[in-house]
Amino acid sequence: MATALEINQVSKTFKNDRGGVHVLDHLDLTVQEGEFVSVIGPSGCGKSTLLKLIAGLDSDFHGQIAVGDHEVHGPSIDRGFIFQEHRLFPWLTVEKNIAGNLSLRDPEVRSKVNHLIALVNLGGFEKAYPRQLSGGMSQRVAIARALLRNPKVLLLDEPFGALDAFTRAHLQEALHDIWEKNKTTMVLVTHDIDESVYLSSKVVVMDAKPGRIKAVVPIDLPYPRTRSSKAFQEFRTVILEHLDHKPSEPDDFSI
Amino acid sequence: MTTITLAENKENTLKRKKRSWDRGLALFRALFLPVVALLVWEVLTRLGALPSLLFSSPSLILTRAVNLISTGKLWEHMEISLFRALLGFLLGGGLGLAFGIIVGMNRKSEQYINPSFQMIRTIPLLAITPLFILWFGFGELSKILLISLGSFFPLYLQAFLGIRNIDNKLFEVARIMEYTRLQQITKLMIPSALPNILLGVRLSLSVAWMCLVAAELLGADKGIGYMIQDARSFMQTDTVFVGIIIFALAGKLSDSFVRVLEEKLLRWQDSFKA
Ligand SMILES: Nc1ncnc2c1ncn2[C@@H]1O[C@H](COP(=O)(O)OP(=O)(O)OP(=O)(O)O)[C@@H](O)[C@H]1O
Ligand SMILES: [Mg+2]
Repeated sequence: MATALEINQVSKTFKNDRGGVHVLDHLDLTVQEGEFVSVIGPSGCGKSTLLKLIAGLDSDFHGQIAVGDHEVHGPSIDRGFIFQEHRLFPWLTVEKNIAGNLSLRDPEVRSKVNHLIALVNLGGFEKAYPRQLSGGMSQRVAIARALLRNPKVLLLDEPFGALDAFTRAHLQEALHDIWEKNKTTMVLVTHDIDESVYLSSKVVVMDAKPGRIKAVVPIDLPYPRTRSSKAFQEFRTVILEHLDHKPSEPDDFSI
Repeated sequence: MTTITLAENKENTLKRKKRSWDRGLALFRALFLPVVALLVWEVLTRLGALPSLLFSSPSLILTRAVNLISTGKLWEHMEISLFRALLGFLLGGGLGLAFGIIVGMNRKSEQYINPSFQMIRTIPLLAITPLFILWFGFGELSKILLISLGSFFPLYLQAFLGIRNIDNKLFEVARIMEYTRLQQITKLMIPSALPNILLGVRLSLSVAWMCLVAAELLGADKGIGYMIQDARSFMQTDTVFVGIIIFALAGKLSDSFVRVLEEKLLRWQDSFKA
């Protein structure tokens, strides 16, 4: 299997008037094509920052990030991004939001959009505006929008964090189906241990201040996974232990 | 089932009837004062309590309006006024929109341009008018430039504000989807700033009418403002009133036009209530 994403010695410091906040510290991570990787860690450990670096939204960092054979220098459609908020354009209807800067008059785009609307279960809402959608529906539109561009890697930053438990479970299911079908490489940031064990082929546990990778836990359970199964619970415990375990904690996070 | 539906139906019809009755009542109440005022005005002038030479009367004004329309005189004046207002608005408003977008997009151009514009904005337009007349004479140019200058600022300010208020998070989305710079302008900035821009259009239009009146009162040989000024010197109070009514109507009409545009273009807005 080929490498989809290679993160090599990546460090990131946000400059401020007191010098700076050292957010990521010499991070190394390799993600194979078709892998589903979850990143979990305490709030403020730099998960969103890491995703933004991979997306190319922020190029002010040390180290290298490569997607496929190309080093990342800026945003590109080979990396899709789904944010915690849906970030739809409020003035566009559902289908136009999905199409974005592509024209729906192009028959190829049209048929892809139709297909995606069916995939995320939004038939009948093509012409609705974002304000007419629920949170879960909006997030599904955002997923469809990201998928339309056939990204090599899909980056998800707590995409279901703001949703109720039912909608979340439903969308996790949908995301899993998409992954199985399209074999898109996924990098999912989450706070939800269940979600990470349920979906991913490996879970990356991060440490805060500065953000480091503490452990990588491969989840070798067959799909579909049952949350109540013993093996599932064991993985949960392993990850929880990694999260809870605190080495000597340096208190000062500014450098 | 059916009976309930029927009963509900009846109730709904009743409700609807009540609502239209309420609306009628509201309209009646709104019109009450103006109609009474017109009647009192008419009666007082007929009785000679008000000198009709100075105060005219509703019936005199109406007769004059009909006369001005049928002789085609009104249209002659209106044509040139409309031309001035429209051209001035398009020139000033268009430039205001363009500058607002540029300055909103680019910090450096903001630092270069915005302070000067804000300074010029505070000068009362009427104070500049003599200069305009000195430089450009009493002809069309000075009038149109005055109107442009007036309608420049509201659109400039609103477009600038609209662009500045765009959520940076949406820019990130656009970058991820590889929007070109041009697409970022046409498919993100302008739609997102549209509520402000339309507000700017409305404000600019009303300023354009005001500047038109000022420009035409100061010196013109045609136009509604001139018609008013001319009528005043001949004590034709009814014509003065006709002119005032025309300006009021024009202002109201252009405002309604933008409102219709808003209704059409801003349907997506959460807060927009048609
Ligand atoms: N633009 C910024 N400027 C300065 N500091 C920032 C900026 N963005 C993030 N940070 C800092 O970087 C650290 C990591 O932020 P980040 O958003 O990546 O955390 P996170 O792991 O995503 O947290 P959460 O789970 O709460 O979303 C935080 O301490 C935050 O204060
Ligand atoms: Mg985050």
